[in-house]
Amino acid sequence: MSFYRAHVLVCNGTPCLLKGSAAVQAALVDEVKRRGLDSEIKVVETGCLGISECGPVMVVYPEGTTYVHVGVADIPEIVEEHLLKGRIVDRLLYREKTASVTRGPVHTRAKEQRIVLKNTGVIDPTSITEYIAVGGYEALGKALTEMRPVDVVETIKASGLKGRGGAAFPAGVKWELTANSCGTDKAIVCNADEGEPGNFKDRLILEGDPHSIIEAMIIAGYAVGAKQGYVYIRGEYQQSVEHLERAIAAAGAYELLGENILGSGFDFDIKVFKGAGAYVCGEETALIESIEGMRGEPRMKPPYPGTSGYLGRPTVINNVETLANVPQIILNGAAWYASIGTEMSKGTKIFSPCGDVLLPGVYEVPFGTTMREVIYEMAGGMKSGLGFKAALIGGPSGIIVGKESLDRSFAFEDLPPGAGALIVMDESRCIVDVIQNCAQFFLHESCGQCVPCREGTKRLHETLSWWAAGAGGPSDLELVKDLGDMMSIACKCGLGQFAVTAFRTSLPLFEAEYRAHVVDRVCPAGVCEMDKCTSEVA
Amino acid sequence: MESKECACKTAAGNGGYVDLIRTFGQTKENLIPALHTIQDKLGYLPGAAMQELSDWLGVPISDVYGTATFYTLFSTEPKGRYVIRLCDSPPCHLEGSKSIKSAIQSAIGVPPGETTEDGDFTFEIVSCLGLCGVAPAIMINDDVYGNLAPEMIGGIIDKYRAKEA
Repeated sequence: MSFYRAHVLVCNGTPCLLKGSAAVQAALVDEVKRRGLDSEIKVVETGCLGISECGPVMVVYPEGTTYVHVGVADIPEIVEEHLLKGRIVDRLLYREKTASVTRGPVHTRAKEQRIVLKNTGVIDPTSITEYIAVGGYEALGKALTEMRPVDVVETIKASGLKGRGGAAFPAGVKWELTANSCGTDKAIVCNADEGEPGNFKDRLILEGDPHSIIEAMIIAGYAVGAKQGYVYIRGEYQQSVEHLERAIAAAGAYELLGENILGSGFDFDIKVFKGAGAYVCGEETALIESIEGMRGEPRMKPPYPGTSGYLGRPTVINNVETLANVPQIILNGAAWYASIGTEMSKGTKIFSPCGDVLLPGVYEVPFGTTMREVIYEMAGGMKSGLGFKAALIGGPSGIIVGKESLDRSFAFEDLPPGAGALIVMDESRCIVDVIQNCAQFFLHESCGQCVPCREGTKRLHETLSWWAAGAGGPSDLELVKDLGDMMSIACKCGLGQFAVTAFRTSLPLFEAEYRAHVVDRVCPAGVCEMDKCTSEVA
Repeated sequence: MESKECACKTAAGNGGYVDLIRTFGQTKENLIPALHTIQDKLGYLPGAAMQELSDWLGVPISDVYGTATFYTLFSTEPKGRYVIRLCDSPPCHLEGSKSIKSAIQSAIGVPPGETTEDGDFTFEIVSCLGLCGVAPAIMINDDVYGNLAPEMIGGIIDKYRAKEA
């Protein structure tokens, strides 16, 4: 094994890639080679380092020096000064942003606590040896050699881990249901169909630490008695598909997948299934239909997938973030995990603030963190300098809250976080415009199988488009409330049941604004084009 | 369906999809992976290829067609060499995807849902691309562009035009 005196980590997260990190990395590799340093210095491509607004970002280890806004032209200087002579290039050094907002120091922003994201930006996601070097696959070893399947299930149950995809169902209970189901043919499915607008956390895990998902799925397979795993990744995430497939091949080569894993007699394999663009496939039974080769139309429940899922087999379906917690829980114990968070919400949650915040990105914090802390201390507050107006928590199927909720804590018993999306709006935004856009999303994504959703999303979009065009009527507010009541009861799956939630939660907060649109036909924020011809909309 | 069979004979009759289809096991679970593979090769899903796939997998053609048309990433019509996908979900909407839409439309000369006459570009409005941290965002084939402003669009489109010139 070769020894390198320094490692240079170049961030290849999406924001850095957009700013040219691939060219910077190529220039660095060339320059290191040109200087004959390639046997001493290793250039490593890594996932997001958490300061993406400063991209391209690189970190030189062992010192841990962080350079930001690195261009191709800066490379010769970094190599010459830092890597050759050991002198830090001061002008590119990361410094705390001197914006008018409060922010924590580098890498430890405010209350950030990384359990799920502990490896992203730290290791090379394409290297299984780096994952193993930081303790990867230790949890698998522990589970397979020291624990019985029932112990694994009990540990996950005792940890209090709940589903991170939005529904917050206790993961251990899900596993137990499948473990106790009859049949030897069972399946583990990782739901990586991250399609809810505003969420981009699963992508970071898949691309920054793919082995954590593989390890968790093997452990889940062992716990419930499943031999086959599937990762359903949305078709738009091509890079995630590639990273995961490479990681699966590496794990296979290390005999961590396949037959007789670690000599335990337990067999497990994983396949990647690439989706083809359908939001509804994030619903677990629709996802199963899709893997089976059909249209992604949700099934009637019960039976739940835990007893009858993929091809009628007992199937565990967990979100990416949920699974990524599993190895840490097995390694450190249920009590450790249960000590983090609040009374009813254990562990950490990843949030992805976006919209009008200064620093959109992915932040992992313990449950109990307030919305103000996430928006102002981590995401830097409003980019415009205006006041905070509202946030759409969890995405279009989530809830809208206003500034009175800023000091509430994210927890299932207080402010439920959904899947972690936080679409932030400043005072310049119009609530009708945003809700109309959400309605358009549901209209497009309804699978059309059940009438309440197919027709409901159509009428919802139609009515809100009238409001946004100055063609609403005073009775419309009641009409849409009724429509929402009907849809939440009659729709077959969550898509339709929650399509009107954002409207219903925003109505009491912004009733005056709604009334201005439908009664006075003016948009107080000046966003909606109220003079639009009504016939065009209808 | 008949018109689609026609198009395939002229546009991609020699697409070699028969051999591709034969690489898949004959079970229904291979339907979506096979559709991906055919579309990657031909750029779309011709009727004749779907019929071939239906025969091979033993899945009724109505189910193959039903599945192919359910998912937005699949297309039964030929598309431009470069597919421009503009996200118009809430985060991108807030950050100005509307103005990006106008900029793209004036740069390539066709509205969303259409393909340019020279066959270079197809313009689509899509749901979330998972790039909310860099909104507003577009994808051109597999390339990602984010933090966009309308004045950046011309230069991006020109880069692809230059490739075709």
